[in-house]
Amino acid sequence: MSDLTKTTGYKMAERLLTEFDYGKVTKLANGQILREYEVVAIDKEIEIAKGIKFPGWTYNGSIPGPSFRCTEGDLLRFHFINKGSHPHSIHFHGIHPPEMDGLTSIYPGQNFTYEFEAKPYGLQIYHCHVLPLARHIHKGLYGNFIIDPKKPREPALELNMVMNGFDLDLDGENEFYTVNGYAFAFMNHPIKIKKDQLVRIYLSNLTEFDLLNSFHLHANYFTYYPTGRNDNPSQFTDTIMQCQGERGIIEVRFSYKGIYMFHAHVSEFAELGWMGFFEVE
Amino acid sequence: MKGKWLITVLIPLVLLIGVLGWVLKNGAGVEKDPAAPIEVLNIERIKVTKIGFELFVSNTGPEPLTISQVMVNDSVWNFNVAPQAKLERFDEGKVTISYPWVEGDPHTIKLITENGIISEGEVAAATLTPEVTWSNFLNYGLIGFYVGIVPITLGLLWYPFMKRFSRKSINGILALTVGLLLFLFVGTLADGFEIGAEAPSVFQGNMVVIIAASLTFLLLIGFDQYQQRKQEKKGYSPFGLALLMAAGIGLHNFGEGLAIGSSFALGEAALGTFLIIGFTLHNITEGIGIAAPLLKTTPRYRDFLLLGVIAGAPAIAGTWVGGFIFSPIWGALFLGIGAGAILQVIYVITKILIEDHRKHNEASVSWLNLSGFAIGLLIMYFTAFFVKF
Ligand SMILES: [Cu+2]
Repeated sequence: MSDLTKTTGYKMAERLLTEFDYGKVTKLANGQILREYEVVAIDKEIEIAKGIKFPGWTYNGSIPGPSFRCTEGDLLRFHFINKGSHPHSIHFHGIHPPEMDGLTSIYPGQNFTYEFEAKPYGLQIYHCHVLPLARHIHKGLYGNFIIDPKKPREPALELNMVMNGFDLDLDGENEFYTVNGYAFAFMNHPIKIKKDQLVRIYLSNLTEFDLLNSFHLHANYFTYYPTGRNDNPSQFTDTIMQCQGERGIIEVRFSYKGIYMFHAHVSEFAELGWMGFFEVE
Repeated sequence: MKGKWLITVLIPLVLLIGVLGWVLKNGAGVEKDPAAPIEVLNIERIKVTKIGFELFVSNTGPEPLTISQVMVNDSVWNFNVAPQAKLERFDEGKVTISYPWVEGDPHTIKLITENGIISEGEVAAATLTPEVTWSNFLNYGLIGFYVGIVPITLGLLWYPFMKRFSRKSINGILALTVGLLLFLFVGTLADGFEIGAEAPSVFQGNMVVIIAASLTFLLLIGFDQYQQRKQEKKGYSPFGLALLMAAGIGLHNFGEGLAIGSSFALGEAALGTFLIIGFTLHNITEGIGIAAPLLKTTPRYRDFLLLGVIAGAPAIAGTWVGGFIFSPIWGALFLGIGAGAILQVIYVITKILIEDHRKHNEASVSWLNLSGFAIGLLIMYFTAFFVKF
């Protein structure tokens, strides 16, 4: 647990924390922004805890998949290629025509382009919607999908966190719980933050097999915007819970320097990997 | 000529080596990666120490494996593996975990390999594993003394009472002994299977019990026939028979001691007064059985002492082995030998009974003998109520 080597699994989790995929941007004749994304489903072994390999099904080789990002009103094209061993799809949350909803299986070797306009703004998620659903999601086919409002949010240190779990022995119970797919990732390498800096966390729950997951911050309070909508009733709190597929934006400032713990307020999840630190300097 | 004969043995041998070599080099043509990694990590013994747990593990799978994570009661925990986390085939290792265990609570320990294969070990009720100290040594020995030597000696003390029995009643007592022994035989076999199942699967604990039991049985019978031919003697001397029974029952009691010793060490049982009483009642009948063949003779006191020690003392050794160095595969072996020895005694006594009745032109399954046999079984069955835990 207290190990400072940066393993492949840790590096993946760290990269997913701050990396957003804005796609290939072009401007259409009518002035609309077009964003094109490459999404490849591929079977890949992922290190989910130090030294533990998980035979995953991934979007673009990571669990969770990339955090797609765009602005409300953009035209989006997701060029999906299935290079995996099973049929998959991408089912996006948001408002779009039903034929772009990702219920149709794209078979290995085939491809499909999902095209729709980005709306509404907020934090969405995406995941595979091929049956059996629990298997396809638990294997790793999911990620965050951020639609920024037209009026940009206040500049902040932006962090992407997908809460998930891994069942190694396929008994319908997770052995490890993680954020961004690696147990205790930010425990041994705290997330560095500046004092009084605005921090915005895009938090979603894609944990399979458990009813709920949660986020608890020590020694501070945060503002929580369900589904990332400023018009939703927000909460000022230090603990929130999310059911599977639920997501929201956390905004917080730290007025004292030091180490702040964050973890699932389910002791079992915390002790099985879903635990980390912010380091405020 | 001789050379030719030698060549006939060499040809298949050389061909065999050739085939094996070819398969090893090129595969059998049905090569396929296993659907899931085959890793077998055995947790052989868990020691509860002041600072946490020590797990003695072995890799009995076909491939090397690496222990990557450890969980105690659903919580990821720090650990150390000596000599190293990667175990080659048949390598052994010791996993040390610092953990603030709670006295009497169950603790589940999961070892997770690199490929996500989970081996689970359980401490049913955490309590310090007894260290080999003089006082522990004496305490465990005392348990063995109570459940082994005391009841058997008490049983032997019925000898003067049984001595006045008629020939037919003595045969009835022998039939009773057969009933007792049949119960012990099945019980010992079942215990052997139970313990054998805990051994790593590569050792095939159940087969060890069967092999040990059948070989012991046949070897004893063979030895017996050899002795008879050599000495032109008709069957066993009564004392020889009693000695044989004492030895068989002794092996059984070793197994009993093993079970008691290991369950105390694992914190699964406490030596209550009740349990001591139970074992005394249960094992007292074994003393009666051993005394039965001697009814027509005039044994000396030291003969009884010898018989009591041979039948009872192994219980002491059993509690020591069970408490301090228990390993399932050895337990299975000892219990298998015990079962085989008991079966041989059953065979010998039954033969004596049948021959005696034939000599006097009587039916061997008389009402008296049948009742004796039934009573023997029932006594064992009901006294076992006290000691099943
Ligand atoms: Cu899928």
